[in-house]
Amino acid sequence: MTTGKRRRSIKEISPIDVYNLLPRTNCRECGEANCMAFATRLVNGEYVLEDCTPLLRPEYAHLHADLSDLLAPPVKAVTFGTGDRAVTVGGKHVLHRHDFTYHNPTAIALDVADSMPEEELERRVNEICGFSYTYIGRTLQLDAIAIRSTTGDPDAFARTVERVAATGYPLILCTLDPGVMQGGLSRVPEGRPLLYAATAANWEAMADLALQYGCPLVVSAPGDIPLLRSLVHTLLDCGVADLVLDPGTSVDAGLASTIMTSSAIRRAACLAHDDYLGFPLLGTPIAAWAGDELSPDAIRWKEACTAEMLITRYADLLILHSLEGWVLLPQLLWRFNLYTDPRKPVSVEPGVRTFGNPDRNSPLLITTNYALTFFTVESDIKAAHLDCHLIVADTGGISVESAVAGRYLTAEKVAETLREYRAEDLVGHRWLILPGLAARLSGETEEASGWRVLVGPKDSSGLAAFLREHWPPRGD
Amino acid sequence: MGEKRDAEQSRTLQSWLRSLLGGVERIELERVELEIGDMEIFIPTGGDGGPEVRLPAPPVLTRPTALIPEAFSPHQEVYPGRIREVTLGATRKDGGSRGSTVVIGGAAAPAFSSPQALPPHPPAIAMDVFDMKIPLPKALKAPVLDVLEDPAAWARMNVDRFGAEAVTVHLMSTDPLIADRSPREAARTVEEVLQAVKVPLIVGGCGDPRKDAAVFTEVAEMASGERLLLNSVTLEMADHQLLEGVARAARENGHVLLAFTGLELNSAKELNRRLYPYLDPENIVMDLTTVALGYGLEYSFTIHERARIAALMGDAELQHPTISASTNAWAAREAWMEIDGRYGSRDVRGPLWETLNALILLLAGVDLFLMMHPSAVQTLRTVSSRLMHPGEGEPPRDWVTVQI
Repeated sequence: MTTGKRRRSIKEISPIDVYNLLPRTNCRECGEANCMAFATRLVNGEYVLEDCTPLLRPEYAHLHADLSDLLAPPVKAVTFGTGDRAVTVGGKHVLHRHDFTYHNPTAIALDVADSMPEEELERRVNEICGFSYTYIGRTLQLDAIAIRSTTGDPDAFARTVERVAATGYPLILCTLDPGVMQGGLSRVPEGRPLLYAATAANWEAMADLALQYGCPLVVSAPGDIPLLRSLVHTLLDCGVADLVLDPGTSVDAGLASTIMTSSAIRRAACLAHDDYLGFPLLGTPIAAWAGDELSPDAIRWKEACTAEMLITRYADLLILHSLEGWVLLPQLLWRFNLYTDPRKPVSVEPGVRTFGNPDRNSPLLITTNYALTFFTVESDIKAAHLDCHLIVADTGGISVESAVAGRYLTAEKVAETLREYRAEDLVGHRWLILPGLAARLSGETEEASGWRVLVGPKDSSGLAAFLREHWPPRGD
Repeated sequence: MGEKRDAEQSRTLQSWLRSLLGGVERIELERVELEIGDMEIFIPTGGDGGPEVRLPAPPVLTRPTALIPEAFSPHQEVYPGRIREVTLGATRKDGGSRGSTVVIGGAAAPAFSSPQALPPHPPAIAMDVFDMKIPLPKALKAPVLDVLEDPAAWARMNVDRFGAEAVTVHLMSTDPLIADRSPREAARTVEEVLQAVKVPLIVGGCGDPRKDAAVFTEVAEMASGERLLLNSVTLEMADHQLLEGVARAARENGHVLLAFTGLELNSAKELNRRLYPYLDPENIVMDLTTVALGYGLEYSFTIHERARIAALMGDAELQHPTISASTNAWAAREAWMEIDGRYGSRDVRGPLWETLNALILLLAGVDLFLMMHPSAVQTLRTVSSRLMHPGEGEPPRDWVTVQI
């Protein structure tokens, strides 16, 4: 294992490089017309190697190996847990999201402690597993459970591990004492938990456990990158290949150092090809709870801010303590958003949607095709049981406010959309309800389209009340 | 060529062996005679017949018994470009009446990426006031309830109580769709606020290009020499031939323009190019659009990162400081709406939403934040002051064994 070996970045690999290493059967099993098309989308990050079924056959094993090597990200992908819930962290190709879509969203783990009374443990575990939020048609959830040994007792740790393992969630076993770690591991011998952590003091014993149970291992050296590299080098030489880096998380005066250390590590991996730092990064905003701050809400606030900044600055995995929705919700949303493809707005198909049983006297509304805008409007219309037509205009997946500001939604665009979707056949009247955030377009829209405009509420939660008051429209 | 074929054959042999050995753990060779000259046998393990091929780890002959020492020297990046510095506000000596000025910009490296490359000025915070009563979420209204209809008093509270380094006066009432107040009346409001506080002012229009152009021109003349930041000019103004008038008024009266574009770098560059004939680049700041967390903040984040990297790599048309209207965070329902109790009270959710919106864009390099909630202002100030002093820190805390 050398460092500084010049590998080609994903941006420098051409589809031809990939094509040359594919089986070139043009079998179409991947759904593409030919292997070249697959190569193009593979190098674009839209496919993974395993999507090429022939490549999995023994006779192509050498191609698989060469392609894996060619496409290997500078930050290794590490998986913990097993089965459907297994979590893969890292696997990053670039520093900036605009260079290449980030893969493997920051995993979020919540902690439990082995000193928790049974009932409390039960409640907390259920809360962690039950936490979910529906966002643009998707369910956002927590990913893993970190079990801390606060008792230092291998039996207590083992009991807690056994209980939590029953959830099927990937586990992070947290203790610096190899004896306690062994106790916990003995209850999940096949569970592939992530072990926290190998340090300068315990690395030999932790390496043994990681090898014995086939587990990935966190390397911890707070604020000390040389030591982190030293531990990584040593552990790699011991044969432990799946590592996660813990450079330490400070939530107070040391926050700057935490943020800049993350940057230094990720820059070294992605820009300088430092193989000893090419591993996923762990952030532990839970450290907010180990300070001298007394107010729990002030601690939660700090934990939330630190977590959000670490998601932004390259953290691949976070351990948090706050289970409060106001702390977790912004984390789940931000990591979801940050890991979308920056080249493709999250959009829905433009067109006409019909709700309830509208007739020719029912209201006609218009909105944009940004997924969040659409799903929000849709859920408000459904919740209020409105009978109406909704025209979804193609703004390239931009929200109403931004589309108006950026001129993706103009009076001409509204007029054109009304024509395109034959609005005049949908209803007998000529009234269009424009989103409140597009109020500015109302006059021009009337001129451009020949439709009368009613300016609706700024937020679609006000639609029901708005229609009660303004529909059917008065006036000529 | 021959070497390549040999490698090919050996691979075929290997995969044939592998398929034969699927599920086999041990082999005994019976009645075998080997005549060995130069021969290597390589039998891969892990052959369960499945598709995943794991090459065996190299045999560990000498396992380390002590830590192998390693050093680290940070990757040094060199950027040819630098963000211009723009001064907001002017003191008496420079022809204005401000007690303090704010300098933004000057960055020569990606934001807070290294202790060796800190920006020369800390991020600045301006707080909003409105010239008329507008609907606001409860959490935003509560701290300023007594001054909601008095922009001068509101501005004073922002500075004296919340420590704003600048104040934005939003001239909402000039909107033809709202109260359509005249440019002259708007200028009087700005004058009152100028007299009430000593910090630099940012003047916000109503978003109607014609009205804004008229209002900005009037305000620019009234406040000649104050180095106001006029928020904002747009390509739409350019399309309506309104840009030149505003830009001239700004230059002749010594003000700074905020060039606003909607999440599109080519537009941002085009607008700047259209301003350069009238205005020194040192008088231009960019607003690339701030969208709320959960509603597209990632587009804002990425646009800011792209603009900043391009500027540092030498794109002169993007070497302007940037602002973020973090107040836009409140457009997110999660910030202001009552939702299921498990997501906490909106009185804490809202301010946190604004805070996180700002923190995320702080890391993308934004130089000036337009904010509203005092807790958000407080947190952004604490965090940015920490980022400006990276040498300080507390010893690592033991979160593993702590009783929470």
